[in-house]
Amino acid sequence: MKDAGLSVEMRPKMVGSRVKRTEDPRLLSGTGQYVDDLHPAEMVHVAIVRSDQPHALIRDIRADAALDVPGLIGVYDFTDLEGEVSPAIPSSRMRNYYATPIWPLARGKVRFVGEAVVAVVATSRYAAEDAAGLIEIDYDPLPFASDPADAACHDAPLLHEEAGTNVIISREFQHGDIDEILHTAPVVVKGRFRMTRKSASAMECRSYLAQWDKRSRAITFHTSSNIPGIVRDVLSSSLGLPGHRLRVIAPEVGGSFGGKGSLYAEEILVCALARKLERPVKYVSDRLEELSSCSQAFDEWMDAQLAVDEQGHFLGLKADVIGDIGAYSIYPWTGALEPVQVISFMPGPYRVEHYHGRVRGVLTPKPATGPYRGVGRPSSTFAMERLVDMAARKLGMDPAEIRRRNLIRDEEFPYRTAPGIIWDKSAFQECLAAACDGADYTAMRAWQEEARAQGRWVGIGFASYAELTGIGSRIAVAPGMPINTGTETSTIRIDSTGAITADFGIASHGQGLETTLAQVVADELGCAFEDVRVRQGDSEVAPQSTGTYASRSAVLAGGAATKSSRVLKAKVLRAAAMLLDVSEEDLEANGGVIRSRSSNAVLTFREVADAVYNRMGAIPHDKREDLVSTETYDPYLGTACSSTHLCMVEVDLQTFGVTIHRYFVAEDCGRIINPMIVDGQVHGAVAQGVGAALLEEIHYGTDGQLQTGSFVDYLLPLASNMPDIGIAHVEAELPNNLGGFRGMGEGGTIGAPAAIANAISDALSPLGVEIETLPATPDRLFRLVTAKTQEISSQEGNKK
Amino acid sequence: MTDTGTVAITVSVNGVAHTREVEPRLLLSDFLRHKLGLTGTHVGCEHGVCGACTVLLDGYSARSCLTLAVQVDGCTIETVESQGTQDALGPIQAAFRDHHALQCGYCTPGFIMTVADLLEHHPLENDEDIREALSGNICRCTGYQNIVAAVRELAKARGPLT
Repeated sequence: MKDAGLSVEMRPKMVGSRVKRTEDPRLLSGTGQYVDDLHPAEMVHVAIVRSDQPHALIRDIRADAALDVPGLIGVYDFTDLEGEVSPAIPSSRMRNYYATPIWPLARGKVRFVGEAVVAVVATSRYAAEDAAGLIEIDYDPLPFASDPADAACHDAPLLHEEAGTNVIISREFQHGDIDEILHTAPVVVKGRFRMTRKSASAMECRSYLAQWDKRSRAITFHTSSNIPGIVRDVLSSSLGLPGHRLRVIAPEVGGSFGGKGSLYAEEILVCALARKLERPVKYVSDRLEELSSCSQAFDEWMDAQLAVDEQGHFLGLKADVIGDIGAYSIYPWTGALEPVQVISFMPGPYRVEHYHGRVRGVLTPKPATGPYRGVGRPSSTFAMERLVDMAARKLGMDPAEIRRRNLIRDEEFPYRTAPGIIWDKSAFQECLAAACDGADYTAMRAWQEEARAQGRWVGIGFASYAELTGIGSRIAVAPGMPINTGTETSTIRIDSTGAITADFGIASHGQGLETTLAQVVADELGCAFEDVRVRQGDSEVAPQSTGTYASRSAVLAGGAATKSSRVLKAKVLRAAAMLLDVSEEDLEANGGVIRSRSSNAVLTFREVADAVYNRMGAIPHDKREDLVSTETYDPYLGTACSSTHLCMVEVDLQTFGVTIHRYFVAEDCGRIINPMIVDGQVHGAVAQGVGAALLEEIHYGTDGQLQTGSFVDYLLPLASNMPDIGIAHVEAELPNNLGGFRGMGEGGTIGAPAAIANAISDALSPLGVEIETLPATPDRLFRLVTAKTQEISSQEGNKK
Repeated sequence: MTDTGTVAITVSVNGVAHTREVEPRLLLSDFLRHKLGLTGTHVGCEHGVCGACTVLLDGYSARSCLTLAVQVDGCTIETVESQGTQDALGPIQAAFRDHHALQCGYCTPGFIMTVADLLEHHPLENDEDIREALSGNICRCTGYQNIVAAVRELAKARGPLT
């Protein structure tokens, strides 16, 4: 080794390096294996007939014509699975909550357009779709309320009669006397903010393959899920199979962003059919099915008011939120995940003494909302950051200055927010400063002035936020949820060939965790990076696991890797010490080589493994230990990740299209494992925020029908929509967890909608336009500008 | 067309000639993935919008989800598998890896084949040009910045179109 002369401490570490990804060669050469790339012998295919009614009783299903289609295996409705599966119940300890049961197929009633009603199985997907097209379903339509405000009324038609209401979630946070503050404050700004419904839209549609093994009477289920551990546990209950007869594997997964992070009815369905038919059964959703039955995102109305004093200090905040959670409460997170986080995080990274947040989660005939990158905080940050800019404008104060005066300062950490979230120390103020420096805020303002002088609509927008990441067992990821999301277990073993295998319960779906976790293991164990194989996304490699979500994997799996590596390293060094006849303290390990500081004698990991496993007597029999360690890490609380986004946009005077001229992110994600991957996460998350701000909207008509059923109607950001994104990493004090990592994968999507909405409002501030609804499409901007222009001209007319 | 309604086609895929009986309605994407087992080509939207299924058809990029297998009888198809292997990545693949131009990897084969076309036929003179040229392919992970960087480097190495 070229750097063998250096002490271990001086040698370059893998953590912190731009290590190229282990995953890439297979993904780039077309040899990666996603679920739909698997083709076991005798496999059959499912096509699903979905409801075209928003709310209706199923009167009759007629399949006679379908039975003649060549290749047809069978047609199944809910009656064919009665007694074979039990429903998944998204339970929670929340008060006033109703857990809607989740069945594989609609049972007598449909509750949204796109709900699965009939499964058609055939020897090819083409044949299955032929047959599906011949099935007729008669419905008795029922009344429904598509708008959540209507659905929340006491006389609204009920989607789930057993609940007795459509309002199955209600929660309030109260701190101080907000009404008094709003009454007496010198300045109060308010808005009715609307974050519309989105689709996570991973490029790989949901794909499932269940294989029934007759010999062991067991199911192996391949799923495009980012929570294979949770899916294993719930399917175990639903199908009545113990974990050792139910293996759930998430192989390559083509993105999720939360959309594949909940249990789906189709997952229960495919497993039940595989057991019933004793054949491999595959279902791959198409894009229309994805847009009409995958979990959807956000969809809140937020009435919010911010009170400030003359110096711009925030005095109090009030928010009344209605969340449209769709027709079901999603498993396992429940319909509370998204809307409750909106009011939990509304005060953001600021000092807000008086706060009243109220939220209602309302059932409507649409697909369930579920996790989507950022969860709740893209909406809450949009509302809060808009209020902050509105207050600054009213006071004639610079938006950077008002933030500086209210962001929590170093000496105030740990800071407990009014809703009870504890922010540990993170670079709140420093990120604001770093964004202003990095993007050259002064120059941006000068450029804006010049553009304005030319009559152009150019604006600058900030968004500051903090997120709770890497949450341990003290805090449930979703309110009152009974599942443990706070631990992660890692087993690392060195086998008799010297190969190192590191097993985790997380489930990477684009984050490159096979690479980053191997970086952590290499540093902590002292082995070579190339010698580590990371296994993940497989319920069989960990006794309990959940998956990858909520910006947890770097913190929790990184911590588990650190703990497990340290225990294993001690075993390796104990064995090496016996083999070299030196003390353990005399040994150091790096890059797979163990060296004695005193004698310079060396052993490789492979030689130690060979001695331990293969050479009888090399190590005294009563001192021999297997080179395996299993450790669980629980950070108990969570850690804060903080950021400020700063951007400059221009609204076209003719087309009302928005161009982003400049985009800058300053963020504190703690110790960085792989800067290349971290920057990639920022880029991608900002792009999704740009989509939320300018393009993406799932739209349902008042007839309950989906109007955005393809990527022609549901617009995702393209290369031509995106600017280059500048990034500054600010590392404040490292968080008090193992490794010093903060989770950071979601942040970009939290900051971008708010920053862009503020920039557009700034661009149109001469007209007095304030953005309250996203996406700010050309159509919406045209209407806003036209209304304001007419208002202004009629005022001028009156003056004359 | 045969009695069973199938049609015999002969297609050169990645330099190998394949003769198969196919249904006239069989999509080229399904032909490649399910008949030939070339699963590197992915399907993302079935509408020709996302570009994940992009292959080269006689040297030019084409949506395999909007092309019928019978349409490519006698044609030459190249898929991502033609670009290099895990042990010997081709130049486009290597540039994508160097620049971290992929995350989940699902859209990547379509981007690689689009870039293969662009490098042959498109000037790619500046970033705006590159972004416009890439705007027929959707990536949900990367925000495109690193894909643009990879293409910028490839275009520079190529030099001006002759």
